[in-house]
Amino acid sequence: MNLNRRQLLTRTVGVSLAGLFGVQSRAFATPEAVAEAVKSFSGDSEPGSGRIKLTTPEIAENGNSVPIGVSVDSPMSDDDYVTQVVIYADGNPNPDVITFNFTPASGEATASTRMRLAKTQNVVAVAKMSDGSVFTDTRNIKVTIGGCGG
Amino acid sequence: MKKHVQQLGVAIGVIGLSFASTSIVAEPVDDKLIIDDEIEMISRAKAPEGHPLPEVISGWHYRTPETRAIETDTFQNPGMLGVEQGEEIWNTVEGSEGKSCASCHDDAATSMKGVGAAYPKWDEDSSKPINIEGRINKCRVENMGAEAYKFDKGGQKPLTAYIKHQSLGMPVELDLSQGEMQSWWDQGKETYYKRTGQLNLSCASCHEQNNGKYIRADHLSQGNVNGFPTYRLKQNKLISLHNRFRGCIRDTRAEFPAAFSDTLMGLEVYTTWRGTGLSVETPAVRQ
Amino acid sequence: MASKPRVKVPKSASAGDIITIKTLLSHTMESGIRKDKDGNVIPRKIINKFVCEFNGAVVFSCDIDPAIAANPYLEFKAKVTESGTFKFMWTDDDGTVFETEKDISVS
Repeated sequence: MNLNRRQLLTRTVGVSLAGLFGVQSRAFATPEAVAEAVKSFSGDSEPGSGRIKLTTPEIAENGNSVPIGVSVDSPMSDDDYVTQVVIYADGNPNPDVITFNFTPASGEATASTRMRLAKTQNVVAVAKMSDGSVFTDTRNIKVTIGGCGG
Repeated sequence: MKKHVQQLGVAIGVIGLSFASTSIVAEPVDDKLIIDDEIEMISRAKAPEGHPLPEVISGWHYRTPETRAIETDTFQNPGMLGVEQGEEIWNTVEGSEGKSCASCHDDAATSMKGVGAAYPKWDEDSSKPINIEGRINKCRVENMGAEAYKFDKGGQKPLTAYIKHQSLGMPVELDLSQGEMQSWWDQGKETYYKRTGQLNLSCASCHEQNNGKYIRADHLSQGNVNGFPTYRLKQNKLISLHNRFRGCIRDTRAEFPAAFSDTLMGLEVYTTWRGTGLSVETPAVRQ
Repeated sequence: MASKPRVKVPKSASAGDIITIKTLLSHTMESGIRKDKDGNVIPRKIINKFVCEFNGAVVFSCDIDPAIAANPYLEFKAKVTESGTFKFMWTDDDGTVFETEKDISVS
């Protein structure tokens, strides 16, 4: 089998992605698609910065399981609380990741989980408050590919 | 030695891989592995006599903070799902004799404590070393009247993980004076240093001569086996030692030996010895 | 083989405390866009919804997409004011609901 460097690299990357999502040629989400989703979620509000903090590793050792956490500064009282935090990813096959729905009984608007990342990309968190205001935070996560591509 | 390095460079360069040579060397992280704020693990130990490296270091030290954190909390560690499954199997009656593991061995926390730190052991009946998976199968066939598990099938991985987990924190120590263990160690050592595959790599090429360096984006560890079966984030499940042996050999683009073959049993004896003194971490968490 | 859901809730707390809850479910979270060896798409089968209730009222919930990793892990907070029971429910695409409960005593 004669493989040149580029063919092998392509195959290797293909295999890695195949492990995640199985399809090499599939269209991926784009920053524009995520911006559109954020706009639709935000309604009439202009997303502000601050109050929401997205925590991610800078480098994910394996894209199949990447820990992410989100925390929003809010009194979480009956009339002033965070209703939802939506997470999007702009380089996955689909931009949607998860929606956390909070209540005043949550006490704190904090949640974490583990997500899949098909490649290096931006992860975007958007929080909606009970008064309709919206805040957002973005992190870039680099996804590495294993040593031998196996 | 210089010639070897050149060969390595050529072999790897051809297919677009490279060990980051001098510029990117990341030492294993200086951190303490403590499980559930209780069990202080030995993750660095003085190497046993005759070991080529001065210190044996757990693969945990080579992982990112996020991956390391998962292993420190048995709740967050998804490998524990397998351990819990193993506990169920331990207590489940199977086979013609109407027995479970627990029928003879009672509480694994007592009866299996230390087992995971001392295997493989010498098996007089087969005149070969036997690992936990082999011991489980022997018990199933001879005492339970049940079928032997096929490699990585049925309850083999979870039950092995459950049994090894009973030795969490205990230092690995093989008894090479049993039977012919020493000659299997010799044979395993030969396998460890034998270059193989289209990439012409031996175990030692990566895990002895280049541990601490990067092979592409992968931080090479010493390849110690004290955490198997280990939860790999890549597959999101428990991965057995012989699966990893085969995967690693496959990645050198070589024909890979069968699980539990003499070649890989020798390699298990030898690589387990190389991690002498490290705590059993089963189920470890790796990338 | 499915194992029962794992949930970690403190056994006791003081009224007004904000406690941390951790949950882990054994599930492959099949994304629906992978293909098998023969090139056929493996049908999507994920946990799409998680709900945590305390004494019958929803405290926290999630709508989950295939980008969540296998063996879904969720960690979140709850403010407790009285003793009672947390109920946790994971809904599979096939309609199966995995449930478990944990009691907490609040003084």
